[in-house]
Amino acid sequence: MSHKLSWRKLAAAAVVVPALALTACSSSGGRTPEAANEGGGGAIASTERINVALITHAAPGDTFWDIVRKGAEEASAKDNVELQYLSDPEGGRQAQLVEQAIDQGVDGIAVTLAKPDALAGALKKAEDAGIPVVSLNAGEDRSAELGAITHFGSNEKLAGEAVGDRLATEGYKHPICVIQEQGHVGLENRCAGVKAKVPDTEVLYVQGTDMTQVESTVTAKLQATKAADVVIGLGAPFTLTILKSISGAGSDAKVASFDMNAELAQKIVDGEILFTVDQQPWLQGYGAVDALWLNKRGGFEIGGGQPVLTGPTIVDQKSAEQVLQFAEEGVR
Amino acid sequence: MTMTATAPVTDERVGKKSTLSKILGRPEIGALVGAVALFIFFAAVAPVFLQPASIATVLYGASTIGIMAVGVSLLMIGGEFDLSTGVAVISSALMASLFSWYFSMNVWVGVALALVMSLGVGFINGWILIKTQLPSFIVTLATFLMLTGLNLGLTRAIGGSVSTPSISNMDGFDSAKAIFASSVNIAGVEVKITVFIWIAMVAVASWILLRTRVGNWIFASGGDSNAARAVGVPVVKTKIGLFMAVGFCAWVLGMHNLFAFATVQSGEGIGNEFLYIIAAVIGGCLLTGGYGSAIGGAIGAFIFGMANKGIVYAEWNPDWFKFFLGLMLLLATIVNLVVKRRAEQK
Repeated sequence: MSHKLSWRKLAAAAVVVPALALTACSSSGGRTPEAANEGGGGAIASTERINVALITHAAPGDTFWDIVRKGAEEASAKDNVELQYLSDPEGGRQAQLVEQAIDQGVDGIAVTLAKPDALAGALKKAEDAGIPVVSLNAGEDRSAELGAITHFGSNEKLAGEAVGDRLATEGYKHPICVIQEQGHVGLENRCAGVKAKVPDTEVLYVQGTDMTQVESTVTAKLQATKAADVVIGLGAPFTLTILKSISGAGSDAKVASFDMNAELAQKIVDGEILFTVDQQPWLQGYGAVDALWLNKRGGFEIGGGQPVLTGPTIVDQKSAEQVLQFAEEGVR
Repeated sequence: MTMTATAPVTDERVGKKSTLSKILGRPEIGALVGAVALFIFFAAVAPVFLQPASIATVLYGASTIGIMAVGVSLLMIGGEFDLSTGVAVISSALMASLFSWYFSMNVWVGVALALVMSLGVGFINGWILIKTQLPSFIVTLATFLMLTGLNLGLTRAIGGSVSTPSISNMDGFDSAKAIFASSVNIAGVEVKITVFIWIAMVAVASWILLRTRVGNWIFASGGDSNAARAVGVPVVKTKIGLFMAVGFCAWVLGMHNLFAFATVQSGEGIGNEFLYIIAAVIGGCLLTGGYGSAIGGAIGAFIFGMANKGIVYAEWNPDWFKFFLGLMLLLATIVNLVVKRRAEQK
């Protein structure tokens, strides 16, 4: 019987301890009550309500797409658009989502072209059905060919070269470019861009779905490669983890990054990270939805058949302060 | 035709075994041989591998797999397995983080609730398994999918983003970090605390398996649950308890994830469940249950850590990383199999 009693005690403790702790409020941090309602404000367009589908190749749980989506939502709010957001990282299933949107008779489709060939058939159907398409984020070289009005995005290779240029002028010779998803074309292009400007760049693959493995693998790489003088993270959460790897390995290497979030902006302000390349994802979401609305409003075609570049924009210690405030809002 | 007289044969089950064949009969011996071979191999091709700091890194990488492999090994000996472990780790971290953040509480409140939730998920897994008699593959696959969805859905609904807000400036964070995510300096080398937690958990699990009645129940439930039930082993309690033990391990690792990085991305963890199962299998646990050891799972995790980091130390072309990893896992398992068969023949 004695062990039964101890079970009861445990159960009681499991209930009582948190209850007692309920009085223990944190003196700092935590949620701040909503200050004001979000959105850019201003009047809503008087055009009739239209339906737009935004279909991306986002993997579930990637912070980057939050920002794209926020931009698209703000444009929708202003333009009187009913926005439907869908995503699937697998090309074939993303194409099925496009076809579903066509079946639903949406007024416009905004789509990422990470795997253009997989989407070609579905986009042909959209063209036949007379539904305007705008592409964003990935695939600017195939966008016009697949019948999109225009493309909002940043060229990954150019972004990589911008980073490489900056590192070369600052005298870095041996960067390590950390790819969190093996076989991802966009990420490979970023590192290829860096390597084009700094020939001794090495690529390191890590398992992005497990931060502890990201940390320990980068630490291992730094222990093996003493010559490394800068490590480049290809996404804000990964860059922040790389900072821990460097202190863990006792390395003197500096850190540069791609993409943005509030914590990253803060680290740039503090001087812990050299700089980041922002492709301004919010602008991609906003621009794509707005371009579709413009097309409905007056048949406008923005960009003159050319992609509209939203980056690369380098954010360093000088400009980070200003960006930080927007990053905290989830806009940058 | 002449009959040759043979020496009286004793029943082989009670026959005396030499010490050597006793050692070779241990479930983890194959994995141990594989681990030693792998260690020598990497030490030869990459001298940097032998640095104390590098070994600490390998151990850290191994510990984040190994902590879960403890629970998963016990569960597999008990005849079940769990596909929801990878995301369950993240669920636990999300629960602690989002609760503390949303209500602006001391983070220890969230930590305690996460423990209750993790044990609860384990209980539900075990309870559904017992009530429905469905295979654990189906039950935990369903839990895996549901937890994945809950992680993504609740994180966005509560925090407004797919990753949790940082809790690094909240009360209790520093003390929790000291327990779950600090480093210990041993002779100038920073060793992550997870390594010690891992070793402690392996020791406790081994003690339970080999020295307690519960350990016998686990082996019996996994070996033949009907026979075990017939001789009075509480199979239902044992199995539910094992799923809850896995939940406990997920909580420990989840808290490490949370306090090491202060934020958690809701999509993480998917796919790790296989690494834990692989570690247990390399370590000598049978997929059919009833056989295995906790130390074996730990050696399996260590093999994974060595392979994973050794490839980086050896500076091999990263394109081949996954191939080498798979090859090494296969070789380790084959060595395991061969050694065990030989031991059984003696």
